[in-house]
Amino acid sequence: MLELIVMSTLNGVLYGMLLFLMASGLTVIFSMLGVLNFAHASFYMLGAFFGFQISRWFGFWPALLIAPLLAGALGAAVERYGLRRVHKNGHVAELLFTFGLAFAIEEVVQIIWGKSPVDFRVPSLLDFPAFTIFSTNYPAYKMFMLLVSIVIFVALLITLKKTRIGLIVQAALTHPHMVGHLGHNVGRIFMLVFGVGTALAAVAGVIAGPALVTQANMAGLLGPILFVVVVVGGLGSLPGAFAASLLIGLVQTFAVSMNGSLSGAFGPLSPNYAATWLADIWNVTIAQIAPIMPYLLLVLILIFRPMGLLGTRDT
Amino acid sequence: MTETTSSVAPPYPTAAEKLKFYGLWVGAAVVLLLLPKLFSSGGSLTTFSLIGISIIFSLSYNILLGQTGMLSFGHAVYYGLGGFLVIHAINIIGANKLPIPLPLVPLIGGLTGLLFAVLLGWVSTQRSGTAFAMISLGVAELVASSALILRTFFGGEAGISANRTKVFRLFDWSFGPQIQIYYLVAAWTLIAVIAMYALTRTPLGRMCNAVRDNPERVQFVGYDPHVVRYLAFCFSGFFAGIAGALAAINFEIANSAYLGAVQSGTVLFATYIGGVGFFIGPIVGAIFVTILSLGLSDLTQVWQLYFGLIFIAVVLFAPGGITGLLMMHRPLLKAGTFGRVLPSYLIAFVPTLAMLIGLILAAEIIVYYAVHSGDDTHIKAFGVPFDAANRYVWAMAAILLVGGYWVARKTWTFVGHAWDDATSVAREKGIAA
Repeated sequence: MLELIVMSTLNGVLYGMLLFLMASGLTVIFSMLGVLNFAHASFYMLGAFFGFQISRWFGFWPALLIAPLLAGALGAAVERYGLRRVHKNGHVAELLFTFGLAFAIEEVVQIIWGKSPVDFRVPSLLDFPAFTIFSTNYPAYKMFMLLVSIVIFVALLITLKKTRIGLIVQAALTHPHMVGHLGHNVGRIFMLVFGVGTALAAVAGVIAGPALVTQANMAGLLGPILFVVVVVGGLGSLPGAFAASLLIGLVQTFAVSMNGSLSGAFGPLSPNYAATWLADIWNVTIAQIAPIMPYLLLVLILIFRPMGLLGTRDT
Repeated sequence: MTETTSSVAPPYPTAAEKLKFYGLWVGAAVVLLLLPKLFSSGGSLTTFSLIGISIIFSLSYNILLGQTGMLSFGHAVYYGLGGFLVIHAINIIGANKLPIPLPLVPLIGGLTGLLFAVLLGWVSTQRSGTAFAMISLGVAELVASSALILRTFFGGEAGISANRTKVFRLFDWSFGPQIQIYYLVAAWTLIAVIAMYALTRTPLGRMCNAVRDNPERVQFVGYDPHVVRYLAFCFSGFFAGIAGALAAINFEIANSAYLGAVQSGTVLFATYIGGVGFFIGPIVGAIFVTILSLGLSDLTQVWQLYFGLIFIAVVLFAPGGITGLLMMHRPLLKAGTFGRVLPSYLIAFVPTLAMLIGLILAAEIIVYYAVHSGDDTHIKAFGVPFDAANRYVWAMAAILLVGGYWVARKTWTFVGHAWDDATSVAREKGIAA
């Protein structure tokens, strides 16, 4: 039992930090531009595939640097030449633009790398067990992932809270017009933020690629969970996104490792209707419903606290 | 203030206007009746049935997006649940010999859609805008994932099937042949379109538009935007359920793809490409997208990529969709200045077409090298054979793409000038653009 708790906590925190790497960019982009970037998970996927391709040519470490830069440049270009153009047509058009973009990116990735998973391996430098707990080897690569996401988290925090550029970004979040009047180029700040946000998602992609499966449907699988994170945390709230990332990371990892079901808990009762189509509900294990846990959480949050955990604003 | 608060009713439509209005519906009915006489092959009947289903689904979606301003990423939930319930209903009716004929069965789907919209809608419609979009996505994922878990009811990956000919028969209609299904779909399409059009003319339909445009003001007038959104959501779920039911009857199977993100995305594409600003927009979009998805898949392997690019192009350059583009020209036609922009269109058309051909050529060559490198280099796209390894073809693609883009940009500014010119003349004549 203790083993399960320790392992699940480790894995859950790791998954949560990965989610936060993406959710942070998504949240900052949302609070600033007012548009929820539907293609955010696509940049995560692009990061993973760029990382795979570059690590084939030059090795993993250059990939860790180049792939996010490439994806970030692409993201900045999307903001400059796409989003800024549709901005005048309102938020729905912006959201639809990123939706179409996500669709197109998935198609392009499928064309170039195919539908089946690519062979993205953990670099040999990190391919060893970091430590052994309860007779289970914990891979060093996972510790590396955790380290990278914590370093980026701290760097992001310092940049936002302590530097001049972070100050301007924070001001532009709430009062973009005032920032513009003070002589800052708000358009360029938006482009920069979009680029950095997508680059962060790409970093998550590069480091998650070898550990998880690098496949053309990875954006479609992760995207909805990412939106759950930002809605549960409260749209536009960075601390909320952090809390929600960890919460969902932990909930999902713990759920996967549990085997309880209604029939297990109340087995001796064995009601008659358990033989009808309700048998599915009777027999399903917690591990089986792990994929829908985030969405259940979303619905519950919406019923009891529509603003999200730490959200303050209504839209 | 007297002018703004006066309650003069709009003038009653004249007899000619009434005739035109009802004539349009009668004409639509006649066209639906005669279509199978003109195109009698089985393939075209199936296509027409799919278009009819898509029209109902897109129009139901537009109750949300176009009329109430709610962008939903999970509309397929109500479509799919309607479909599943109908398959179960057909099986139950067939097994118990209940006296319910097949033409009434889509109503079961509609009521299912309504029921689930009533259940899920209250939470979903609490907020509009981006929050609503995300909630609809979450709810859709929840339902789609649950469908895979509840295997007995939803049949897992394979889905569940039914035999529509086993249902109680009215007038000896077996509903085996596609032609009978076509007429069933056509009748329901006409009924649903009329009902949804009537809905836009009711006070509720008008309040939906008001909620879309200015929810704050709606609150001041004394309405609750949440309730209005909720009602619109319920109606939308009802018609989506009918569409899903017809799809289930048409295919005699319902599987988890009915509920999935692809289905939700397709209806969004169809509605938006057609144009959300006009009632007829989603109809145009449904016809266009259905024919495109059936036709393009024969012509090229990467049709979904083109599909996505078309969607992005519409969002970027024609936010009103196809109907929006066409309707833009109405004041010009009325003022008789359309002739001024027509030449500029013809001039702009040539380089734009060249650019598109260059784009397609480049895309197909890249696809060849990414997917089939090593196969025969003589490939065929859109029915045109060419050699993907030929350097001249590469050069041609590059020249068409870059040169076409360069010239097209110049001609489009020319179109813009001609357009401004024509609209200002139209405005001088007193016709509002």
